[in-house]
Amino acid sequence: MNARIFLTQLLGALGLIVILGFNVIIMDWWERKLVGHIHRRPGPMHTGWHGILQPFADMLKMLSKEDIVPDRADRLFFWLGPAVAVVPAFMALAVLPLAPGFALADIGNGLFFVFAMQTIMPFGYTLIGWSGHNKWSLVGALRSAAQLISYEIPMLIVALGILLAAGSARLTDIVNAQSTVWYAVKQPIGLLIFFITAVAEMNRSPFDMPEAESELVAGIHTEYAGMKFGLVMMAEYTAMLVGSWMIVLLFLGGWHLWPLPPSPVWLVLKLYLVQSGIIWLRGTYLRLRVDTMMEMSWKYLIPASLANLMLVGVLATTFKGF
Amino acid sequence: MIEDHPRVGRLQKDAVTESIVLNMGPQHPSMHGVFHMQLELSGETILAARPVIGYLHRGIEKLAEHRTYAQCMVLVDRLDYISQYCNEWAYCRAIERLARIEVPERAEWLRTMYAELVRVTSHLMWFGSVGLDLGGWTPVIYAFIPRERIFDFFEATTGSRLMPNYLRFGGVKEDVDPAEMEALHAYLAKDLIDALDEFDGLVTGNEIFLSRQRGLAPMTVDQAHAWGVTGPMLRACGSTRDLRIDTPYGVYDRLDWESCTDTRGDALARYSVRMREMRESAKMALQCIERMPAGEVRTKVARVLRPPEGEVYVRHESTRGELGFHIVSDGSPKPYRFRVRSPAFMNVSSLPHLCAGAKISEFFAIFGGIDNVMAEIDR
Repeated sequence: MNARIFLTQLLGALGLIVILGFNVIIMDWWERKLVGHIHRRPGPMHTGWHGILQPFADMLKMLSKEDIVPDRADRLFFWLGPAVAVVPAFMALAVLPLAPGFALADIGNGLFFVFAMQTIMPFGYTLIGWSGHNKWSLVGALRSAAQLISYEIPMLIVALGILLAAGSARLTDIVNAQSTVWYAVKQPIGLLIFFITAVAEMNRSPFDMPEAESELVAGIHTEYAGMKFGLVMMAEYTAMLVGSWMIVLLFLGGWHLWPLPPSPVWLVLKLYLVQSGIIWLRGTYLRLRVDTMMEMSWKYLIPASLANLMLVGVLATTFKGF
Repeated sequence: MIEDHPRVGRLQKDAVTESIVLNMGPQHPSMHGVFHMQLELSGETILAARPVIGYLHRGIEKLAEHRTYAQCMVLVDRLDYISQYCNEWAYCRAIERLARIEVPERAEWLRTMYAELVRVTSHLMWFGSVGLDLGGWTPVIYAFIPRERIFDFFEATTGSRLMPNYLRFGGVKEDVDPAEMEALHAYLAKDLIDALDEFDGLVTGNEIFLSRQRGLAPMTVDQAHAWGVTGPMLRACGSTRDLRIDTPYGVYDRLDWESCTDTRGDALARYSVRMREMRESAKMALQCIERMPAGEVRTKVARVLRPPEGEVYVRHESTRGELGFHIVSDGSPKPYRFRVRSPAFMNVSSLPHLCAGAKISEFFAIFGGIDNVMAEIDR
C-alpha cells in the first residue's frame, strides 16, 4: 500500500464521518418536520427557516449539558456502550457503495461485512442498558438483545436469497444485476421480510422495544445525558441509514432507475424515501408487544424467509438470468 | 434429564433468583397523573401489583367543610378536572335535593347538553392517552383537535376552558349565545363524526392495536361488582347498568339514545364501549340543542344557602362511572360533612387483579382502559 492510496482512504474515511454528521442533522430535522406534519402541526418553526437550525440547537444543548455518570454505574461500560453501538454502524458504511465502484472499500464480501457490523450493535445497546444500573434500562437491554438476535436470522436468510440470485456478495455486483429489473419485483416477499426485519434492527417504531418511552421511561438510555446521549441517538440514526441503504442496494436497484441512466442521485433519493417511509410508520403505528414481536419473528418471519429462499433457489435454477 | 447432571444440579442449588420490585410512577412519562404502582416482576411478567395513591391529596373533602355551599363549587370542579360539568351537576343535584330547589326546564336541557359534551371531551382525552400508552404519538394530537373545538364553546359561555364553575343551585350561571349554539350544532353534526371516523381508521382497525387489546385483562360482571367497578368498564362486561337510564335525571328520559354495552369484558370491549359512547353523547348533545325550549335558566336562590338539617346521597353517571355525593347538613351555611364516592378510585382497585400475570408492556394497555383521574382518586 503506497502513500497515495493511504491518503485517499484517510480522506475518504474523514469524508464518511462528515457525511454521517450531515445525515444525522438532516434526519433530525426531517423526522421532526415529517412527524409534525403527520400530526397536523408544523414542527420546529422558530430556529431559522422552517426550523432548519433545530439540529444545531439540539447539538449545542447536548454539548453544554452536564455529563452525568450515575454513582453505581459501571463506569467503563457506561463509556464504552455508546462507542460499541456507534462505531460498527460507521464501519458498515465503509463498504456501502454510492455509485459503481465508488465506496471506501468495495470488498468482495461486502454483504457479509455489513451484517457482521450490524451484529455488533446489539452488544452496544445491551451494554448501554446494563451499565446504567437502572431497572428500566436493564429491561430495555434484555429486550434489545432478544429482539436483535431474533430479527437477524430472517434478515440473513432473505439476504441469502439475494446472494443466490446475484451470484456475488460484492454489493456493486448485486446492484448491477438489477440494472433493468429490481429484486423488489423478483423477490417481493423477500423485500417485505427484509423491510420488517430492518425496521426491527434499527429499533424504530413499531419495534422500538428497547426505548419504549411509554413503558420504560427512556429504555436503554434512561441514565444517559449530554453528548453520550447524543452518541446513542447518532448510533440510532446511523443504523437507520445503514438499514435503508441496504434495502436500496439489495432490492430497490441502488443507482439504477431504468430506463434512465444510472446515477448516485437515484440512490440518495431512494435512500431518503425509504427513511421517510420508516418515519411514516412511526407516525401511524402503535408499538407491538414484546412477546408478539418475538412470536412474529420465530413463527412467521423465519419460516416465510426460508420458503422465500427455497422459491428463489428453484426459480434461479429453472430460469436462466433470474 | 439435564437437572440430574452434577454441574447443573449444583448450579441450580446455588443459584437464587429474586423478583425485582419496580416502582412505576409517580414520575413516569405515561402515568396518568401522579399514580404510583409497585410492580413485582419476574423478567417482564408482573407477579404482583400494588397501587399507591395519595400524591395529589389536597383535602378537598375537609376544605369543603369550611366553605359555604356555593363556594364548594370550585372545589368540585377540581375533583375530576376532565369531566368538570358532571361533577358540578352531581353536586348541584345533591344540594337541590337537600334544599328542595326547583330547576327550570331550560337549565335541565343545558345541563344535559354540557354533561354529554364533557363526556365527549373526556373520552377524547382517554382515546389520546390510550394511543400514547401503546406507543403512538399521533392519536393524542388528533384527539385534541375536536377537544379544543368543544372547549372553545365552553369558553364562550363560561369564560373558562377547564374549570368552568358554571352550574348554580337551581340552574346554570348564564344562557348560551344562540350563535355559538348554532356553530356547535354544525360542528357536532359533521366535523366531530368525521373526526371519530378518522380515529376508527387510525386506531380501531389497526392490527397491532387489536392484537394488544383483544382478550387482555378479562373481567366478569361478578368480579366487576365485587371490585365496585362502574361506568364504561362495567358496561364492557355485559352489564346494562347506566344511571342515566336506571335513575333518570336531567332530560335523559326524553332523548333518543341507547346505552353502549359489550359482552366481552376485555380491554378491547372497554375501548369499544367508550368509542361508541362518544358518538351517542354527540347525538344526545345535538338533540338537546334542537329540542331545547326557551325560558329561564336559573331560579332565585338565597345568596347564602342554608339547607335544612339532614343528609343526602346522590348517584350520578359521570364519564368514569358512578359518582356519588354524600352531604350532611346541620342547617348552617357550610356542609357538616362532604364526602365523594369517586368512580376512578373504585375502578383502580381492580388494577392489581387485572395486572397479575401480565407483561410490563401490557400494564399500560390495561391501565389506559381504566381511564382514571388522580385528582378525583386522591381528592
